[in-house]
Amino acid sequence: MKRVKHNSAFRVRLWVGTRKGLWTLTSDLARKKWTIAGPEFLGQTIYHAFPDPRRPNIVVAAAKTGHLGPTVFRSVDGGKTWKEAKAPPKFTPHPKTGERALEHVFWLTAGHASEPGVWYAGTAPHGIFRSEDNGDTWASVTGFNDNPMWPRWSHQGAGANPPDLPNTHSIRIDPRDPNHVYAAFSAGGVHESLDRGKSWRPLNQGVATVFPAEKDPEFFGNDPHCFVVHPANPDRLYQQNHCGIYRLDRPGEKWTRIGNNMPKSIGDIGFPIVVHPRDPDTAWVFPMDGTEVWPRTSPGGKPAVYGTRDAGESWKRLDSGFPRSQSFLTVKRQSMGADNADPVGVYLGTTSGDIWASRDEGARWQRIAQSLPSITSVVAFRA
Amino acid sequence: MKVRIPSVLYSYTKGISEVEGRGETVDDVLRDLDRRYPGLRFRIIDETDNIRRHIMIFIDARRVASLAERVEPPAEVVIVPSISGGK
Repeated sequence: MKRVKHNSAFRVRLWVGTRKGLWTLTSDLARKKWTIAGPEFLGQTIYHAFPDPRRPNIVVAAAKTGHLGPTVFRSVDGGKTWKEAKAPPKFTPHPKTGERALEHVFWLTAGHASEPGVWYAGTAPHGIFRSEDNGDTWASVTGFNDNPMWPRWSHQGAGANPPDLPNTHSIRIDPRDPNHVYAAFSAGGVHESLDRGKSWRPLNQGVATVFPAEKDPEFFGNDPHCFVVHPANPDRLYQQNHCGIYRLDRPGEKWTRIGNNMPKSIGDIGFPIVVHPRDPDTAWVFPMDGTEVWPRTSPGGKPAVYGTRDAGESWKRLDSGFPRSQSFLTVKRQSMGADNADPVGVYLGTTSGDIWASRDEGARWQRIAQSLPSITSVVAFRA
Repeated sequence: MKVRIPSVLYSYTKGISEVEGRGETVDDVLRDLDRRYPGLRFRIIDETDNIRRHIMIFIDARRVASLAERVEPPAEVVIVPSISGGK
């Protein structure tokens, strides 16, 4: 494993997408004091805002404005000014099912380090798009979008979709190989491409499904909420699924439900999963209540992050600083992140508009912002 | 002919609420606007060339059902986002 030299103290900036705009929070060197700025795009849903790790002055944001169509905004000066993409993602007709329309761009991923300027976007309905000019123009990844299996993968008319349509998310590029791309699809499973998106195959063995799938157990009914490839060990994969927390060590093909090691009273249902930037055995989740009618809030009204240091063999409750009762929080799949400092800072944003931060890898938590609109994404980067 | 622009599209017209559009059909007019205000059309017309679900377009007081509908001055084209959907 490559040893990465890192600084123990630097300022961190959180890019906070919400249903009503984009905010940033910037820390001091100790990550104790935070300064909030914003909003940009007041009134617009910002699903995801992501600085380019290759060129941090470039920031790309996926936006939807009320009843207007979806678009992408870009900044080349670290968020000071923004311009709309010249050609945001849009579908072309599917070869088999014909016309289709994009509802929103949901997820953004910067491309491989060897491909500056390349970005990927995941959308609703399911779709993958690629830009080669820092998000200004986007082209359809036809290997997925025009695949004969697309109507089934995207559950067109299947009635199994969430209210805001199923999302393509968690697009991950193997840091060793720009051709090796993963993507996750709501109610459609995790899929893998070895040829930069020209062809795809499901990667869902061992994952419990949402509902019985007689004919297509490998993708139909599989509902990953968030999927990660560990940056320091890209053969280590984790996912927080609708049906539990899982780990997969490649070249293996079958996921292990590490969520079975969570306390039974808490369960292993949730939206986000975040990994330590350097230690492949360390990850954090934010469990939610998935009982009966699926409140999707903190179990028992007692919010907690759970962390593992042994790849999911055991989990520790990390709730110091969170309210002890009557606190029913929901954290969406893109609303939890980690910085690259030492110790690692972990951050989460709630649908009730609060941002919580830990400077010590989850041991203690403090609320650093409140009363924001419902938070859709939190991305932590060096400021 | 006059085209009335709703506030949600002011970012394209730099705050101008009434612009001139040229064309024989609603589609022509919107494409004319898109040439001058790039990106505006896709925010109200999707890639299947349908008016987006919560957007309405009127010719004077008559709601447009199809982009192929003809427009002639002195008719006014009015773009109106639905007032539904607070969340």
